[in-house]
Amino acid sequence: MHVPLRAEVSQRSAETPPANRRVTSAWPAIQDYGIIGDCRSAALVSRYGSIDWLCWPRFDAPSIFAALLDRERGGYWRISPVGPAATKQHYVPDSNVLETHFSSPSGSAILVDMMPGASNTSYHNSFLPDHEILRKVACDSGELEFEIEFFPVAHYGKTKVQIRDMGKLGLRFTVGRGSYWLRSSAALSITDQGAWARVVLRCGENLRFSFSYSEEAPAVLRPLDLSLDARIDHAVAAWQQWGRSANYEGAYRNEVIRSALTLKLLTYAPSGAIIAAPTTSLPERIGADLNWDYRYCWLRDASFTIRALLELGYWNEAEDFLDWMLQATRLTQPKLRILYSLYGDKAPVEHKLGHLSGYRESSPVRIGNAARNQLQLDVYGEVIDAAAQFAFHGGHLDRDMQKALIGFGNYVAANWDQPDEGIWEPRSGRENHTHSRLLCWTAMDRLIRLDEHSSLRGAPIERYRQESNSIRRQIEERAWNENMQSYVSVLDRQELDASLLLLSWYGFAEAGSPRMRSTYHAIRQQLGTPNGLLFRYRREIPEGTFALCSFWEAEYLALGGGSLDEARQRFADLIKYENDLGLYGEEIDPITGAALGNFPQAFTHVGLIGAALSISQREKGEQQLAHRPPAATRQAT
Amino acid sequence: MNWPSWLLSGFLATLALSTLLATSQGLGLTRMNLPYLIGTFVTPQREKARFYGFLIHLLNGWIFSMLYVLVFEARHLANWWFGALLGVAQALFVLTVGMSLMPGIHPRMASEQHGPNANRQLEPPGFMALHYGIQTPVSIFLAHAVFGAILGSLYQLAK
Repeated sequence: MHVPLRAEVSQRSAETPPANRRVTSAWPAIQDYGIIGDCRSAALVSRYGSIDWLCWPRFDAPSIFAALLDRERGGYWRISPVGPAATKQHYVPDSNVLETHFSSPSGSAILVDMMPGASNTSYHNSFLPDHEILRKVACDSGELEFEIEFFPVAHYGKTKVQIRDMGKLGLRFTVGRGSYWLRSSAALSITDQGAWARVVLRCGENLRFSFSYSEEAPAVLRPLDLSLDARIDHAVAAWQQWGRSANYEGAYRNEVIRSALTLKLLTYAPSGAIIAAPTTSLPERIGADLNWDYRYCWLRDASFTIRALLELGYWNEAEDFLDWMLQATRLTQPKLRILYSLYGDKAPVEHKLGHLSGYRESSPVRIGNAARNQLQLDVYGEVIDAAAQFAFHGGHLDRDMQKALIGFGNYVAANWDQPDEGIWEPRSGRENHTHSRLLCWTAMDRLIRLDEHSSLRGAPIERYRQESNSIRRQIEERAWNENMQSYVSVLDRQELDASLLLLSWYGFAEAGSPRMRSTYHAIRQQLGTPNGLLFRYRREIPEGTFALCSFWEAEYLALGGGSLDEARQRFADLIKYENDLGLYGEEIDPITGAALGNFPQAFTHVGLIGAALSISQREKGEQQLAHRPPAATRQAT
Repeated sequence: MNWPSWLLSGFLATLALSTLLATSQGLGLTRMNLPYLIGTFVTPQREKARFYGFLIHLLNGWIFSMLYVLVFEARHLANWWFGALLGVAQALFVLTVGMSLMPGIHPRMASEQHGPNANRQLEPPGFMALHYGIQTPVSIFLAHAVFGAILGSLYQLAK
């Protein structure tokens, strides 16, 4: 039934739109954002009701809103009260449907933001836009005047768009091969920069919006009647069904489910790839140039990600991710790149966008990633370990997968002694990184275990055994510094980095062994902060503490490096730094606690899930880490 | 009238027309997916609509090719340029009359006057199908001219 929505609004301001309006407000903090998405693209919505980041049709496409990186030029879509109002954001429990609550002395309202995540079935069986954002703002007490500013700018704030009023169909503009439609239950005035309105909402009234994108005509335009409410309810139910299907009953369940839901949002459903973060160039240090594009897939994350998905019971996602890894890398096998695009191509060449100011003047803004040409020998171990975990949990490695794994193994056996750029991707040249050696050892060890588990046929196991022993010997002799009583980051050197904690995660050294305990104490002393955070390494001009490394520390303690109480305490310290929505960036400012770097960060959320799992497993006396058979959990039949 | 020649040349010309329109979409000249547009007359299911639309378009092309052949016979003239001329005329008719009638005859197409509702949610094509991309008329003229040219050439050869 079509509902005459215009009658739902009691009053519309007669003001004319402000001329050349383009400045929104002061920079929101990075942690002031929430994410919505459809598993193909994502938008960041500030607690002030503004969508400041959106790339369609996929995560790594050029932006249509980028006020996140330039308040003047980037473009945004804001729906917020005209006067001062207190704001608070939360997700509808166990879902990725975002609610922003505005309250002022005159009244209060709730803004709902979501992107319908079309499943393959629903997309193919009904009329749905290719991509869509639904927004609904409803006044629930008193009255509030709202301002709607819709100012899209294509190509990262570079290309002005021409909006056309198409009558009752809505507003339309085209960019390249895509057409964008904005449908609104409020009458919007078209201005030089976009569209604008002010509307007074009284208790019980609401406004509804649909912003959609299509590269195929005829596009689908959904009505803004009550079916929009039903679509929001349907999305909530679908997300909750997914979130609540997690096989996790331990402590910190809310944090774990939120992290799983975030990980799901960062999954590119058509290929199964999982991106590191949906943003580019949010700075690791405010005002500095540590600004990178993270909208690609790093193989480095494979092992932790598969572990999180498998142990939470998300078998389909784990299988899709493993398939993506082994298919995406097919063209380069047995060599691996360190990062890939969503479909497994080489990530784009890095470019600087000089016309954007960058977040809080942190320039340059970069798109593409120059790390695409780096050598990181650790990725072989990550991929092989991911496949091993899959097999030890009951998954089947087919003949092609086995062949690919043997190819990786042979490459590692021939090349493990080479210097590489290492996990932290410095642009200062190659070194003999301990972490890379560890993952080369992991690659050999897991292939041997897979052979013993009868999941691998035709591998030169004796050779792997010899190389495994050689790597172990080298690490124990040259990565151990007797004077420091610690493992060190680079062979024969003295620096430390947090990745040394992973020596126990991968099973190279017992977490409670004397060497690991003294290494941990050295790391805490050199890289730790009093409030429980951890830098990844020491820099002359420090960046933020690395959120993932802090979770590694909590997990190291849970694995036997400390007591259960110590692990719980460290985890409790860390969850103080999540934002209102339970989201984390890449780094945490050690003084203010503010999020730094691209946001939200998949790797950090994977780290949170991993630490929670290990704490929970230790509490229950279950097997921790399923790198080796028998696994802690098995695939449900 | 040479029936076997009509059947073969009509089929080949329609295939060429479909291929050219699909290529135009792939190259970004137009967003229009003609099989999808036609198929949604009979079903709202996206994949089925594409398939049904392709079949209907093929059949439609065959029927229209008969009209071309009747004109060739009536004028005692069948060659590539005369066929192309007929194709351009047909494209002009489709773009002007056909597209403007579309919101009225398509059961799932919205109109600028009424907007989308529960049953009608497809974007209308607008004058000359310009809503589907500024170069849509170019691709439609080109595809129909090629359709007519192939038909004229093949029918001429068979005579």
